[in-house]
Amino acid sequence: MIEHSYLIVLLPLLSALTIFFFGRSLPLKGAVLGICTLGITLIHSLGIFSILLQNPSYITEISIPWFRFGIHQTEFGFLIDGLSALMLVVVTSVSFLVHVYSLGYMKDDPRFKRYYAYLSFFTFAMLLLVVANNFLQMFIGWELVGLASYLLIGFWFEKTSASNAGRKAFITTKVGDIGFFLGILSLFSLLGTLNFAQVQGRIEEGLISANTAGIIALLLFCGAMGKSAQVPLHVWLPDAMEGPTPVSALIHAATMVAAGVYMVARSYFLFQHGPFSLEIIAWVGMLTAFLAATMALVATDIKRVLAFSTVSQLGYMILSMGVGGRAEGMFHLTTHAFFKALLFLGAGSVIHATHTNNIEEMGGLSKKMKLTFIAFTSAWLAISGIWPFAGFFSKDGILEATLNSNNSFLFWCATFVAFLTAFYMTRLYLLVFITEPRDKEIYNHAHESPKSMTIPLLVLALLSLVAGFLLEHSVPLLLSSQVLPPNVHASSAHTYPHWLVPAISSAAALLGIFLSYLIYWLKAVSAEKIASTFSWPYRLLLKKYNFDEFYIYCIIKPADWLAQKLALFDYHIFDQLGVDGIGFLTVKLSQIHDWFDQNIIDNLVDIWGKLSLLGSSILRKFQTGLVQNYILFILFGFGLLMVWQLKINFIELLR
Amino acid sequence: MVSLHHYLVLSAILLIIGIYGVITRRNIIGILMSIEIIFNATNINLVAFNHYFYPRALWGQGFAIFVITLAAAEAVVGLSLVLAIYRNLKTLYVERINILKG
Repeated sequence: MIEHSYLIVLLPLLSALTIFFFGRSLPLKGAVLGICTLGITLIHSLGIFSILLQNPSYITEISIPWFRFGIHQTEFGFLIDGLSALMLVVVTSVSFLVHVYSLGYMKDDPRFKRYYAYLSFFTFAMLLLVVANNFLQMFIGWELVGLASYLLIGFWFEKTSASNAGRKAFITTKVGDIGFFLGILSLFSLLGTLNFAQVQGRIEEGLISANTAGIIALLLFCGAMGKSAQVPLHVWLPDAMEGPTPVSALIHAATMVAAGVYMVARSYFLFQHGPFSLEIIAWVGMLTAFLAATMALVATDIKRVLAFSTVSQLGYMILSMGVGGRAEGMFHLTTHAFFKALLFLGAGSVIHATHTNNIEEMGGLSKKMKLTFIAFTSAWLAISGIWPFAGFFSKDGILEATLNSNNSFLFWCATFVAFLTAFYMTRLYLLVFITEPRDKEIYNHAHESPKSMTIPLLVLALLSLVAGFLLEHSVPLLLSSQVLPPNVHASSAHTYPHWLVPAISSAAALLGIFLSYLIYWLKAVSAEKIASTFSWPYRLLLKKYNFDEFYIYCIIKPADWLAQKLALFDYHIFDQLGVDGIGFLTVKLSQIHDWFDQNIIDNLVDIWGKLSLLGSSILRKFQTGLVQNYILFILFGFGLLMVWQLKINFIELLR
Repeated sequence: MVSLHHYLVLSAILLIIGIYGVITRRNIIGILMSIEIIFNATNINLVAFNHYFYPRALWGQGFAIFVITLAAAEAVVGLSLVLAIYRNLKTLYVERINILKG
């Protein structure tokens, strides 16, 4: 089974190509093919996962040489170990459910076929990234998922905002990818290989110093900052919500944005070799988690709240990586993939029913959409971190890892973010489902979504409930089997009772839920009043900390100004002086040439023509057509010959 | 005594008469006849030279007989052409036979 792991990557690619080229003639325009392919891939992944679960040290690496530079060889290969097996299951399961869900959500879309082709293509690219056994292949998958993300964010490209959001996402992530690529190049030039195991081996031999390793790790992390939307490159993710909601669930919540975290986990040995890089990413993650959580407090677009929440949770994962909790970060990635996909798909179901994104216009939907409500409740409890839902276990793990790193400030910040998360999720939950309907018309038209949408919701709800239990011990087990050394902090001694962290995190979550309940349900304190009291912070949050404005005024505007000036320079100097000048000179030269040609060359040619005309006009007089005349000429010539001959004879005679 | 010169003068006179005829005649038949005269001038030359330089041989006479035969053949072809021309063009004047002239 593991030997044929390349099929996991190959099948979605084939399905994407088939749907793209022959989708029209396939059942349901290719959707059935896409779903079946993903189903097979999912079963395959689960098989691999179970094999690795039984024997975590069973690492398979299949690789074929791709190309070589001198003595350095680059491979194209598949690496199946605990980390990639876990990720395979996450990607294929969420992708499979989204494929099914999209049947209902995208039913009437005119570009249904293309949507499924893109979706399959994305899955292929993501799996390519996941199973890569070297940095270069990972980078290829990395860029391909970026492309798929661009195509799907701008899927409804008739909307200017959608196509702009696609470009913004693409360009913003590219900024980070430059760092990623520089990191890869540095690794290649310093170590001469890109294979994960070889790189790790050579680093452990001490081929590069700790500082170099740290800097390279940070360069790689730049890519993660772009892809996983870390501050300050997080600006694209809220805008990416312009895409279809299932896409947001798959790409911008569960899988692609987690690629950065996966990459950090994959190249963790580099970060460990230069420990200052871990500290930096811990702070970046913390900052991201905090800023995004506060932005989510005031957002009114249901998908944007979830997007900020995603950014915040990604920050959490990066924080976990930074404080040495590699397994905890991956665990949170897994549970987050399930419950955040569920939140997005639930939101999609709500949007499908109400045709609005604004939570101010919703309310009371629990009566209309029973199944969606149940699923959403599960996701809400999971992300808030309530026992026994999945989020509780993973968040708890992260908090514990943070506390173990002996950085109490980070710990309390993380706890505060957990509180904020519970608060804004409860706000969303209450405003959408529980409170009195605020827009009667929307409420009356709301209806439960079709089965193809509710079944994936319920499956994910179940996963959100049980994933924590199931994976709490298996994820560290899987990751300990890595080619990587065991976690440095895992063995550090506990100096506090083991119930402390769960108690603190539960307290924070309950406090958040309770406060939110007070404000939005009991209306003990009016939300508007709080907003007007703290009007300056409120507006700052609404403006998303002015990150967009900062970029517009500090980067886009100056770049624009420079581009305009350069355009003027280009126009005046290159165009007018350079190109036009050369053109002018050419015209003048050709005019001279033309005159020369007309008057000298042509006349020379004409003279020969005229000469031959003249000659022939004389000669033609001789050609009378009368044989008798010709005989006369012959006689005449003969006479001349005779005279010439006789003359010589005369001379001889005279002698 | 008749010498070679007498024959040559006679032959030259016949040649000139023949050429004159060829050039001046406008009728094809006249031209053909003039050509026959030229042949005869040649024949006289051939026979005369043979007689005076190689009295025992008969090469010149033999050659003259060939020329006469050829002349007869030529007259046959020529006259049949004349007939064909006359049937088609109803004339024998060389100036008028100019249908090939562009």
